[in-house]
Amino acid sequence: MLRDITLGQYYPADSIVHKLDPRVKLFGTMIYIVSLFVMRGVVALGVATLFLFCVIRVSKVPFRFMVRGLKAIMVLLLITAVFNLFLTPGEPLVSVWKISVTEEGLTNAVMMAIRLTFLILGTSIMTLTTTPNQLTDGMEKALMPLSKVGVPVHAIAMMMSIALRFIPILIEETDKIMKAQMARGADFESGNLLRRVKNMIPLLVPLFISAFRRADDLAMAMEARCYQGGRGRTKMKPLRYAGRDGAAYLLLLGYLAVVIACRILLPWPQ
Amino acid sequence: MEMIRAEQLVYEYIRRDEEGNVEAISTALDHVDLHVRPGEFIAILGHNGSGKSTLAKHINALLTPGEGSLWVDGKDVSLEENVYDVRQTAGMVFQNPDNQIIASVVEEDVGFGPENIGVPTEEIWQRVEESLRAVGMLKYRHHSPNKLSGGQKQRVAIAGVMAMQPKCIVLDEPTAMLDPNGRRDVIRTAHELNREKGVTIVLITHYMEEVVDADRVFVMDQGKIVMQGTPREIFSQVGKLKEYRLDVPQVTILADMLRQAGLDIPLGVLRREELVDAIMRAAM
Amino acid sequence: MRESMSIILDKVNHIYSPDTAYQIQALRDVSLEILDGQFIGIIGHTGSGKSTLIQHLNGLMRATSGHIYFHGKDIYDEDFDLRELRNRVGLVFQYPEHQLFETTIFDDVCFGPKNQGLSKDEAGLRAFEALRSVGLPEELYYQSPFDLSGGQKRRVAIAGVLAMKPEVLILDEPTAGLDPAGRDEILDLVARMHRERGMTVLLVSHSMEDVAKYVQRIIVMNQGQVMLDGTPKQVFAHYKELEAVGLAAPQVTYLMHELVERGLSVDTEATTVEEARASLMEALTGLVAARRDIHVPGKD
Repeated sequence: MLRDITLGQYYPADSIVHKLDPRVKLFGTMIYIVSLFVMRGVVALGVATLFLFCVIRVSKVPFRFMVRGLKAIMVLLLITAVFNLFLTPGEPLVSVWKISVTEEGLTNAVMMAIRLTFLILGTSIMTLTTTPNQLTDGMEKALMPLSKVGVPVHAIAMMMSIALRFIPILIEETDKIMKAQMARGADFESGNLLRRVKNMIPLLVPLFISAFRRADDLAMAMEARCYQGGRGRTKMKPLRYAGRDGAAYLLLLGYLAVVIACRILLPWPQ
Repeated sequence: MEMIRAEQLVYEYIRRDEEGNVEAISTALDHVDLHVRPGEFIAILGHNGSGKSTLAKHINALLTPGEGSLWVDGKDVSLEENVYDVRQTAGMVFQNPDNQIIASVVEEDVGFGPENIGVPTEEIWQRVEESLRAVGMLKYRHHSPNKLSGGQKQRVAIAGVMAMQPKCIVLDEPTAMLDPNGRRDVIRTAHELNREKGVTIVLITHYMEEVVDADRVFVMDQGKIVMQGTPREIFSQVGKLKEYRLDVPQVTILADMLRQAGLDIPLGVLRREELVDAIMRAAM
Repeated sequence: MRESMSIILDKVNHIYSPDTAYQIQALRDVSLEILDGQFIGIIGHTGSGKSTLIQHLNGLMRATSGHIYFHGKDIYDEDFDLRELRNRVGLVFQYPEHQLFETTIFDDVCFGPKNQGLSKDEAGLRAFEALRSVGLPEELYYQSPFDLSGGQKRRVAIAGVLAMKPEVLILDEPTAGLDPAGRDEILDLVARMHRERGMTVLLVSHSMEDVAKYVQRIIVMNQGQVMLDGTPKQVFAHYKELEAVGLAAPQVTYLMHELVERGLSVDTEATTVEEARASLMEALTGLVAARRDIHVPGKD
């Protein structure tokens, strides 16, 4: 069950998306997210969909891997959709008692669900095709200017990359502790919300303890290998832009331009 | 010059209560002397809490001696300016294979150490390739560590240390969490590095069968070194080893029993073949 | 001893992540009968399916296909109470000390009995009994479990399962990461539970030498299948096959076989040091006596 979360899991494959500079993928993801919120109308939606699926195809990551990441946010997705569906003011389509569904609400709910789904898929492409270390390198380099104003960019980047590496390990551990407590008769599934939260204690306490122990061990292992922060550090895989990265930037900007153009030039809602 | 020279090393763990008052003091190292020559393969045996891991952490400058002194390759570990030199000279492999791999791809993890000490990019690649080849893990270079077995992860950890080109590697119970296959691979790798690259090895373990091929063996108990000698000298004192709660291999115990029953079996039998030969001679 | 079958497995298969790139068949047509009161060792190296197997026995994992019967009832029947099964089949996971969570040792051990629906007093009684049986000093009962040594923590965790009074006790590598003294303590404890309470015990391990002197039956798992199943002596007779799959029989087994190959008449079924010594002494003193009896002409 918990193994299904794909966010933060690298899928090794030999594709052009894998080879892109992580900065391209970072900015690309941001551009894509921006485009999702800028887009209005069916044409823009079509463009965004086409773009997404082309990139997925090119990345050689099996589609079902992408979809698996969605399961984890299903609840969030539904809640957002329901809120939009019932709470958007406008012309009521159906009315039952005090609750009514408006046309705007329906459109909003559908658009919001699509946006969130695409957002997760888009981000998943980045995490599935970029190793956490590359991602960190990308972020570190992209954010380096901030270190001049005292932001500990290297430390943040390192923290993120370690967090990403340990996500699968901690998920596995959660699974294990859960089973161990279930073997002692623990019940994680039934009862009301309060009861369920209380039932989580036997899971959360050991998990925290284990996470701290791992953090302690890891810090020592890093120190033993002469880690002393970003100072004097070289890179095994330094970031250098290649021709394909420039092309990718052009493609991304072109895509954004089309989506913006759709918003300005085409009438909406269609 | 000696690779490791410890003189009258003392280390105490001090536990304090919430107000900072000393609650308990436990002496982890109690006046330990240790001398290791370059290129030697030494093993330190002892049960949990005997102080062997505390000693290991000193050799890597993760702990600083409370009393006494320790030099690694001629450098005093107590001096702040020597810390990174010492860590580069004496690399360390820990017990838990999961908690010492930093990167999500094998080769990037091996490159972590060299990156930290500022090795130029091209040379990092060379070192990573060489180290992974030396531990027999080159074909896994693009793999995720999470998909490897415990023994394979430990070999990646060893490669990570090798990439820093240390003169000495301290392995702190590297096999405690592994299955028999993994244990055998890790110990064999340590011996290969010792033989082929001349790396000094300090192997810390509680499995006696792993120390059979070491040059010298030290036994620790309650923070002291209580026995030292060649494996044969150590293995010949079965009664004493049992007193120190060590697990004497079956053949060694059997040989000892047979000898005490009056058979002509030599002292300190290490391997099965030796005992087979000795019994056949006794039967002639 | 009752000769009834407490657990029967009928062609159990388990497939992890089916229909993906990571698909693994962890169990392949496993059929087993576990008798009441048996002490069984399950041996196999990492990835052999032994951990997956035991999680099926108390219903924590569901077989992809096949049936498991507990006292004659199919545990996958809709009206079968899985919680009741977990009460009766106690499972101690690997590194069980990692599941401790309460502020005191005593409370932690009470967790299982409380989940069984016992009253506070009754749960407390069970906890006392369990803690006493694992040999933890009484003055520690109300301390935090996190201040204990590794071996002590593990004993507390085992007490947590014992307090549920299971009929079947399954332990997944209960000695992993312990030193020899800690290992012997745990194995002796488990053997005592079997002896004194008549519990059915399944001990998962990758060390043949550890289990050889305790168990009555050994099940060897390899690549998700039962490779060998029998008494320790029967299983170790296949020492060459065991070695081929990366498992080793006890050192003395090899020793005795090698001596036989060299022409000495000794008992190849010896698995413990004691047995080997007895057989060797007999063979060697016999030889010496025989040599004395032979009259060598011209020599006296």
